Amino acid sequence: MSDQNPKNNGSQPPATLDDPHLQPATKNPERMETLAAVAIVIGMLGFVAFIWAYWVDANTQWQAAALTVGMLGLGAGTIAWGKYLMPQGPFVEERHDFHSSDAERESFNAAITGRGGLEVKRRGLLLSLFAAGGGIMTMALLIPGVRSLGPKPAAAADTQAPTDNSLFTTNWKKGAKLVTVGGREVKVDDLQVGGILTVFPQGHEGSSPDQVVLIRLQQFGQVEKMVPPGRKDWTVAGYVAYSKLCTHLGCPVGLYQEKTEQLVCPCHQSIFNVNAGAVPEFGPAPRPLPQLPITVDSSGQILADGGFNQAVGPGFWERP
Amino acid sequence: MIDKTLNWVDDRLGIAKGGRTFVDKIFPDHWSFMLGEIALYSFVILLGTGVFLTLYYIPSGHEIVYHGSYIPLRGQHVSEAYASSVDLSFDVRTGLLMRQAHHWAADIFLGAIAVHMARVFFTGAFRKPREFNWIVGTLMLILGIVNGFLGYSLPDDLVSGTGIRIAYSIIESIPLVGSYLGFFLFGGNFPGTGIILERFYIIHVLIVPAIIVGLLAAHLGLLVKQKHTQFPGKGKTEHNVVGSPMFPTFIAKTTGFLFMSSAVIFGLGGFAQINPIWQFGQYQPYQISYAVQPDWYMGWLDGALRIMPSWEWVGWGHTIPLEVFLPAVVFPGLIFNILIVWPFIESIYTKDHRYHNLLDRPRDRPKRTAAGAAMLTLLGAVFFASSTDVMANFFQLPLIDVLWFFRFFVPLAPIVAYYITFKICHEMIAAEGIGKRKRALVVSRSTEGAYSTVESDVRPGDDHEELEAIPVPTFIDTTDPELATAAGVRRVIR
Repeated sequence: MSDQNPKNNGSQPPATLDDPHLQPATKNPERMETLAAVAIVIGMLGFVAFIWAYWVDANTQWQAAALTVGMLGLGAGTIAWGKYLMPQGPFVEERHDFHSSDAERESFNAAITGRGGLEVKRRGLLLSLFAAGGGIMTMALLIPGVRSLGPKPAAAADTQAPTDNSLFTTNWKKGAKLVTVGGREVKVDDLQVGGILTVFPQGHEGSSPDQVVLIRLQQFGQVEKMVPPGRKDWTVAGYVAYSKLCTHLGCPVGLYQEKTEQLVCPCHQSIFNVNAGAVPEFGPAPRPLPQLPITVDSSGQILADGGFNQAVGPGFWERP
Repeated sequence: MIDKTLNWVDDRLGIAKGGRTFVDKIFPDHWSFMLGEIALYSFVILLGTGVFLTLYYIPSGHEIVYHGSYIPLRGQHVSEAYASSVDLSFDVRTGLLMRQAHHWAADIFLGAIAVHMARVFFTGAFRKPREFNWIVGTLMLILGIVNGFLGYSLPDDLVSGTGIRIAYSIIESIPLVGSYLGFFLFGGNFPGTGIILERFYIIHVLIVPAIIVGLLAAHLGLLVKQKHTQFPGKGKTEHNVVGSPMFPTFIAKTTGFLFMSSAVIFGLGGFAQINPIWQFGQYQPYQISYAVQPDWYMGWLDGALRIMPSWEWVGWGHTIPLEVFLPAVVFPGLIFNILIVWPFIESIYTKDHRYHNLLDRPRDRPKRTAAGAAMLTLLGAVFFASSTDVMANFFQLPLIDVLWFFRFFVPLAPIVAYYITFKICHEMIAAEGIGKRKRALVVSRSTEGAYSTVESDVRPGDDHEELEAIPVPTFIDTTDPELATAAGVRRVIR
């Protein structure tokens, strides 16, 4: 690292080896130079090994090991070079406050405030109009930029809006057959007591707003004590059906604890009691899971006895 | 040769005068100044590995049948985005290493920013004249979190798809405009027309990184213009900077550090599995897995959502889902706004409008330190609240008890942390010579039997000796040959 270039204008008298500024190890510079060189060579070998690992398609661990050794070696060598063989301070650099002199400030400020061209009375008016114009221009450019991105959400009154365009509608209609995600029709004998199944209206398998959990709470009959008053006809043969969209953030309420008859949302641990109309018992979910009225036809096929009586999923401003 | 090249460039650009100032820039030699460098170098790796990933990833929700080399998935209907992410992991050479290194780099990037920011906060480095840089840094933190979320949403696996669903519902919770914003962004009701991956992709790989690069340039430019802060010490004043010069010492060390950071990130990328999307499977809106947690920097938002009581507001024909809007929109909004305006709050409160280039020891500013500790405790508490289900399982406690614990712990812990930190700071100020090694006391008995106690001699290490700083004039007056030759850095010769 010797630098005996006589033209070097930036050099001070060279440090001697007993200079307290140097790292103790620098007392033997040859050794440190060797150390840095060895580290860099190890790094080079690591990179070569990486090329080899790539070439023979060795597994990820070999690739990573080679690359890591390469970078560790190169890094250690460079740091040793900087720490032991380069000028060690502490050096000092002066600094000054950032503000300009008073005269400079005055002249600058005067140029901004006083360079009005012709003396006009209504400079303020032009300025306000300019600002307003700029604001309207921004709006004019932003509106299509945002509005073109997607459709407007359909209003609650539009009960025929496709589910893609509405937060209020689902594809559940009176008479819609309950099918599994694979399209298999769900019969009344399919589940045992305690059984649970995710179902969709036929023709909309896998659709997000239409997902429903079908649970068999009892072997036979209506389960009127397990649903809110007035909904005793909404169940059939011990089955109840609830929207699977959590009323908190719309995750699928996918964990069913058969013993306690609770549905748990794995996202934020809202707990719904399916034994009592899927009311939220704990957690951040604010509303019961909307219930789907179901019935059964003569062949034993379970059908929807109507749609949901409210919007499914999380809350939003337009929800009444 | 080098001289010739430099002269050739100087003839055309006149780099010598400003260049000399630039290479003489002093970097303080304190370990805590490396934290920002870790963030910078993880970002460099994010850009490099990210470019690699863009060459293979397909941002499309279009459904195809998987035929790649991961046998359990063969024949399944998956999206092109998911298939290309799995192919990237198994069928593109070094693809898995690059993908995992990219993910690790993102986690380290945000971790380094958080720790760097804490250092800047607790030492008061954000004070006048550095308020701009504090704000620029905070904006990069926000953008980093946003881009991290967008990035791990791209593979379209079961866990990330659940995250997108939650994000949609959070947007929906905003009063007045929520459902419109959600419909515009997703092209309709969730899951939309499949366009969301394309939009996330372009925001993730172009828009946000471009803004971060711009802010990063501003961050470093301001740092050069305003020069570094430094801890008080021998020869260090408000009007100088003491440390190592940019060239060659700092450049060598920091380049070495770039390689070291890369080594750690690629080592983790190869040996520590992260986000194994092939195990999660393709996202389906009706499927979910147990114990779904986001990446660590999103944990605080998830935790806030979990512990929030179910306070939905309904009235006048409208619904405001406060149980979502407050923890997921208002809470982070408040936190980021407090961060951004903190330098101004503090200068108004302390009536201190002077320049500050010397850093504070945290204990010397008990209120600021206590406020910072309270903030970190709050964020830490909500972060842990994001794993209530895992904790309930691990400690064999009822989930409801764990949730109730956090509902009290989150608001109370910061208050306790503030009080304790404040007290500790005061005690430390009061204690003389804290942090220094005590001298040994030598007890001796004279021949008459009298005892006397003397302090032992100073041993090396008893007091931290600081070296005298050597001046490096930053501006060489070339009209004065004597000054020009006397200036400069030292070199070792042998």
